Amino acid sequence: MHHLNKLDTKMALLEVKDLKVRVEEREILHGLTLTVNEGEIHAIMGPNGSGKSTLSHVIAGKPGYEVTDGQILFRGEDLLEMAPNERAAKGVFLAFQYPVEIPGVSTMNFLRTALNAQRKARGESEYSTPDFLKKVREVSKSLNIPQDMLKRGVNVGFSGGEKKRNEVLQMALFEPSLCILDEMDSGLDIDALRIAADGVNALHSPKRAMVVITHYQRLLNYIVPDIVHVMSKGRVVKSGGKELALELEASGYAQFEDAA
Amino acid sequence: MPAVQETVERVKRIDVDQYRYGFETLIESDKAPKGLSEETVKFISEKKNEPAWMLQWRLEAYRRWLTMTEPTWARVDYPKIDFQDLYYYSAPKPKKTITSLDEIDPEILKTYEKLGIPLREVAMLEGVEPKPGEEDPARRKIAVDAVFDSVSVATTFKAELKKAGVIFMPISEAIREHPELVQKYLGSVVPTSDNFYATLNSAVFSDGSFVYVPPGVRCPMELSTYFRINERNTGQFERTLIIADKGSYVSYLEGCTAPQRDENQLHAAVVELVTHDDAEIKYSTVQNWYPGNSEGKGGIYNFVTKRGDCRGNNSKISWTQVETGSAITWKYPSCILRGDNSRGEFYSIAISNGYQQVDSGTKMIHLGKNTSSRIISKGIAAGRSQNTYRGLVTAHRKATGARNFTACDSLLIGDKCGAHTVPYIEAKNSSATFEHEATTSKISEDVLFYCIQRGLTQEEAVGLVVNGFVKDVLQQLPMEFAVEAQKLISISLEGSVG
Repeated sequence: MHHLNKLDTKMALLEVKDLKVRVEEREILHGLTLTVNEGEIHAIMGPNGSGKSTLSHVIAGKPGYEVTDGQILFRGEDLLEMAPNERAAKGVFLAFQYPVEIPGVSTMNFLRTALNAQRKARGESEYSTPDFLKKVREVSKSLNIPQDMLKRGVNVGFSGGEKKRNEVLQMALFEPSLCILDEMDSGLDIDALRIAADGVNALHSPKRAMVVITHYQRLLNYIVPDIVHVMSKGRVVKSGGKELALELEASGYAQFEDAA
Repeated sequence: MPAVQETVERVKRIDVDQYRYGFETLIESDKAPKGLSEETVKFISEKKNEPAWMLQWRLEAYRRWLTMTEPTWARVDYPKIDFQDLYYYSAPKPKKTITSLDEIDPEILKTYEKLGIPLREVAMLEGVEPKPGEEDPARRKIAVDAVFDSVSVATTFKAELKKAGVIFMPISEAIREHPELVQKYLGSVVPTSDNFYATLNSAVFSDGSFVYVPPGVRCPMELSTYFRINERNTGQFERTLIIADKGSYVSYLEGCTAPQRDENQLHAAVVELVTHDDAEIKYSTVQNWYPGNSEGKGGIYNFVTKRGDCRGNNSKISWTQVETGSAITWKYPSCILRGDNSRGEFYSIAISNGYQQVDSGTKMIHLGKNTSSRIISKGIAAGRSQNTYRGLVTAHRKATGARNFTACDSLLIGDKCGAHTVPYIEAKNSSATFEHEATTSKISEDVLFYCIQRGLTQEEAVGLVVNGFVKDVLQQLPMEFAVEAQKLISISLEGSVG
């Protein structure tokens, strides 16, 4: 990949250092370390219960997790000190495994409220209605998202594929520098998966990093990672190039269970 | 929607103990002696220069009231009210007859300014028209009959209404100027013997609005009254009477705010609506009275009787309410569907937070043939509040083909509040079709986190989700009020999470 040739200019975007996390007295992450540089695509793979989703939730700041040790830095700043909405404004975006429905709130209204909240938090001017409409039309057109979807309640009555495309639309609109895709392939058929993955690929840029969390290798046929990490029992047990994903596909996770 | 952003701004600025509208205006007032007696009733009637028949009507109500006891069936709990420890009349001292806004006490105008509501009205009162191409629906003409501490201090747009033949004036004036109309309709929907609080109101009502729309007239503007309570220990007893004659239409908007108090304030209003053949009345309320402080101290007791009579065939009455204030709300805007093919509607958003108690709903009484009614109720309970929907749908034996649809949705925020739905349904003929749907849900942590991950604060997220929940009802409000109501909803839920 083109950006791998520029190792010397890469900036560390996300640094997770020896992170230990508990949920209700049970330790889920036992000292996890991970560095994601600008422009990189990382895949995090692992069996159910290995702590993949916990990692994504802790980075985004979901309540209910207790960090007992370690650090998460975002562009060198302590992410754990920031409220979840501040993290969003700083450029951390989590594409949810199961995006929620918000009845009565049109997608358009939601997008505008959220985008302006982020802009305001960054001290930028809020979008006026015409400017916002122009931007959202541009972005949705580039992703082949029908205008009709924007008028409906947020994810209300959306198919699995539509929900994921709505996540991609938000990603495109908010322009985060770190996108965490949590089990993006769950609940999608191959066609829907391809459409969503195309959207993600279109958003990849030298400044934007992606962390793709997945149980299966198939998503990585569409979103090709630079680095693959294998998680087991709350730790990263192996990291490597994209070929590691194929190796896993062939031999399964069992070989790593002991290593953890 | 820009309103959401504004909401967010407002919520941020507000401190839970600093009720935004909690201030007093220093104005000389003219009070009746404390307590309730025939003398008090006579004092009020005299103050109003009422004719003898009106005094007689009041006295009969007062005597009736003495024989009645307070209702206790509602799911509300409050210390016993000492009716002898209240003032029943207070009015700003009239300096002279008011012919223009400039003559209104600047203190009063300042109060309106603080409320934030009137800036629009001030512009309208000064005849500011929207610029061409700048069609702002919130700038539509609205006639304001400002009720300030029981006495209407300003009535505007009179000329235009007069041209249309619409009578819109304080009821005290109507009693003198249109006695034949008042005598014919006053108490014809809510009789003086109706219930404890309505009877009390009949004896001591101080003022309110009177509207008469003549046959075939579509009222040229929305009629709006802002109520305000401003005198310590003064009960507010508004009386409103609206008559839509054959084939006419009127939309009436009512909104209230009140200053902060330590003692509880009693409010017992009565609103009567009458529609004749083919006529329609749309009545909208945004109620934001002082709900008490964060410990449940103070706040308005709001015991209201609102009822509409679809007297004529094919007539329609529609109630829309956004209830966010008051310590106690006891209120059931109802429709008597007397005329054949008449239609009643009730759209309600009732929000309770802190220690507020709401017992509200409607009654749809189907008497005529092929009458229909629709009830959409959205209750939101937060804090330690209790929120009850209580509704009656009944079809008389002769009300063949009666139809009702009811949907009651409750949303709980937190785990110390309660939502209750108490529907009463009676069909006395077999051709009636009644449908009832009810849901209760909790605001989910996952939904909140989703919004917060997208950059919203916790409170912004709650505001957004709740505004979505009540959208069906908000859409029933005139644009003017919808925007204001949306703000109020978020303000009243401030501090409800976390």
